[in-house]
Amino acid sequence: MNWILNFIAKKPSSINVISSVLAIVMGLVFGLILMLIVNPSNALLGFWTILTGPLSDMRNIGFLIFYSTPIILTGLSVAFAFRTGLFNIGATGQLTMGAFFGLYVGVNWTFLGPLHWLVAILAAALGGAIWGGITGVLKAYRNVNEVVSSIMLNYVALYLVNLLILTTIYGGRSEALRPAASARLPVLFLDSIFPRSPINIGIFIALIVAAVLHVILNYTTFGYELKSVGLSRSSAKYAGIKEKRSIVMSFLIAGAIAGIAGGVMYLVGDRTFRINEQLLEQGFTGIAIALLGLSSPIGVVLAGLFYGSILRGGDAAQRIFREEIIDIIIAVIIYFSALSLFTKQVISNIVRKRTDKDVDLPEKEGDVG
Amino acid sequence: MIEFISDLGFIFSYAIPVMIALMLVSLGGLFSERSGVINIALDGIMIMGGFIGALLVLYVGRPLGMPTQLMVLMALIGGAVVGMLFSAAHAFAAIHMNSNQIISATALNLFAPALAVFTARTIGGTERINITDTYRMNIPLLQDIPVLGTLFFERAFLSTFIGIATLIIVTFIFYKTRLGLRLRSVGENPQAAESLGIDVYKMRYIGVMTSGFLAGLGGATYLISFDNRFNGDFLGLGFLALAILISGQWKPIRLFVFALIFALLRVLANLHDSIGVLSNVALPSEIYRLMPYLFTLIILAFFSKESQAPQALGDAYDQEKR
Repeated sequence: MNWILNFIAKKPSSINVISSVLAIVMGLVFGLILMLIVNPSNALLGFWTILTGPLSDMRNIGFLIFYSTPIILTGLSVAFAFRTGLFNIGATGQLTMGAFFGLYVGVNWTFLGPLHWLVAILAAALGGAIWGGITGVLKAYRNVNEVVSSIMLNYVALYLVNLLILTTIYGGRSEALRPAASARLPVLFLDSIFPRSPINIGIFIALIVAAVLHVILNYTTFGYELKSVGLSRSSAKYAGIKEKRSIVMSFLIAGAIAGIAGGVMYLVGDRTFRINEQLLEQGFTGIAIALLGLSSPIGVVLAGLFYGSILRGGDAAQRIFREEIIDIIIAVIIYFSALSLFTKQVISNIVRKRTDKDVDLPEKEGDVG
Repeated sequence: MIEFISDLGFIFSYAIPVMIALMLVSLGGLFSERSGVINIALDGIMIMGGFIGALLVLYVGRPLGMPTQLMVLMALIGGAVVGMLFSAAHAFAAIHMNSNQIISATALNLFAPALAVFTARTIGGTERINITDTYRMNIPLLQDIPVLGTLFFERAFLSTFIGIATLIIVTFIFYKTRLGLRLRSVGENPQAAESLGIDVYKMRYIGVMTSGFLAGLGGATYLISFDNRFNGDFLGLGFLALAILISGQWKPIRLFVFALIFALLRVLANLHDSIGVLSNVALPSEIYRLMPYLFTLIILAFFSKESQAPQALGDAYDQEKR
C-alpha cells in the first residue's frame, strides 16, 4: 500500500488515473452486488463471464473491437470539446445526423465505385459537423448555453432524421434497407484474424482520428488557441485570438467526429437504422468514455476498448443476467466519475497524512466545472 | 362547427393528462434550478417515478384488490417518494461534492431506464410492464357544468386535480412564503444569502429533492393517465419538461402555458390523422414532435442575452468566494 502512496506523492498526475480506475471498480462492485441480490447462486459466475468472456477467443475480441469503435469516436468527440472548455452532450444528435448523411450516400450514390464507403464516411462527418456547428454558432454569437441547446438539438435530430430516412432513403422500400456493398466499410484482412466477427476498418478510422486529435491538441498553434479559449474566453480574446471563431471550430470538429461515429455504426452489413423514438445511447456513453479517459485521446481509446469489453461481456453473460446490467454498471461508473473531484481530494488527504508530503491536485486543462 | 368542438374535446381529453404530467415535471425542474442546481436528471427521475408506480399497481394494488382510485393515489405517492430519494443522489453529488452537475445528472438518466428494464425483465421476462386499465372517473354534479364539466370533470383523472393543486401551491410557495424567497435567493446569489444567515446547502437540498418528488409524481401521472404500457422510458418527456422550463423562463404560471402548448403538440403527433382539419394538412407526426424542441431553441437564440435564468445556476457553492 505504501508504495502506491509514495508513487502518488512523487507523481501527482497519477491521481487522475487512479480516480478513473476507482470509478470503474465502484461500478463493477455495484453491478456485482445487484447480481448477488437478483441471483446469488450464479452471481460470481456471471460476473466472471462479463470480465473474461470477451477475451476468451479471437472472435470475441473482434466483437469487442467492433462494439468499441463508435464509442471511442463519440468519446473522442466529447473529450475534444472538454479540452477546449465545452461540454458536448449533443454527440448523440450529431451521431444521428452523421448516420443519416452516411446512409443517404451509402444507399443512393452507388455510382461512386470503390470510393463509395470513403465518401459516405466523409458525408457522415459533414452531417455531424453541421449539427455540432449549430450549437457552436448559438454559443459563440447568441450566448446560448451549449448543454441546453444540444439537448434540444438531440431531439430535433432524432425526429428529423427519422423523417428524412423514411422519406429519402427507405421511401416505400424495405425498412431494413442496408447500404450498398460498396459503401460498407472494408474488412481487409481483419476477418482472418478475428473469424466470424463483424469487425471492419472502422477501428483504424477511430485510431487515426485519435492520433490527429492528439497532434492538434498538443502540437499545433490551432489546438493551443482552442484550448486557451476554453480556459478563459476573455483572456484569449485579449491575446488576439478570434474566440468566437474558435468556439465554432471546436464544435464543428467535435460534431464531425461524432458524425463519423454514426457513419461507422451504420455503414456495415449487419446493422440497420431503426426508426424509433429513442436517442442513440452511444452519444451518452461517449461522455463516460471521455471522463474515464481523462479527456486525452489515448485514454479515450483505452476506456473505449474497456467499454466494448464489458459490452461484449454482457452478451456472454446473457444467459445468466439480462444485458441491462451493463447499462446499470456504466451509469454507476459515470456517477462516480462525477464524484472524481471528491475522490481525488480523499486520495490526496490520505497521501498527505501517510507520507507527510503535500500533494497538489493536478489542474486539468480546460476542465468544465 | 359542431365537429370542431367535438374534435377539441377529443384532443383535450388526451392533452390534459399529458399537460399535467409535463407541468409537474417542469415545476420540479423549477425548484431545483431556482435553487441554483441544474437538473437535467428530470427524465431519469420521471422514469423512476413511473416505474415504481407501475410496480405498485401490478404487485401491490391489484393483488390486494384495492379500489382503483386508492391504488392510483398509492402509485402517485410511491412514484413521488422514490423520485425524491433517487434525486438525493444528484443532490449529494451536486451540492456536497462539487461535482459537475451535468455529469451526475446524466448518470441518473442512464441509470433509471436500465434499472427499470433490468428489473422488469428479471421479474417478468419482458421489458414491458403492462398496467392497462381505465383509471378515469366521473365527478358527480361538477361533470354537468357545460363545456368545463366535459373537459375537466367527466372521465377525469385524479392526477389532474393533484396537478392543478400543485401548481397553485408551488406558485404560492415561490412568491408568498419565506421558503420561496430563500430558495430563489440561493439560486441568485448564494454568498449574499449565506451572509443573511440562510443555509445554502439545506436550501439546495430542499430544492433538488422537491424537484425529485414532483418529477417522480409527474412520471407516475404520465404512466397512469397516458401511457399504461411502461417500456422502460417515456420517450424523452423529461427533456421536454426541461424545454418547458426554459421556454417558460423559470416562472410557474408561464410553465403552465407552455406545458399546455407542448402537450397539445405531443398528442397531435398521435391524433392528427383522426382530426378533420389536420388530416387535410397531412404534416408528418415527426414535425409535431420536434416542434417544441425547435421552438425552445429559437427562444434561446433570441433571448439568451437577457435570459431570466437564475444567476448562480450550475455553480457549486463555494463559501470562500464572496
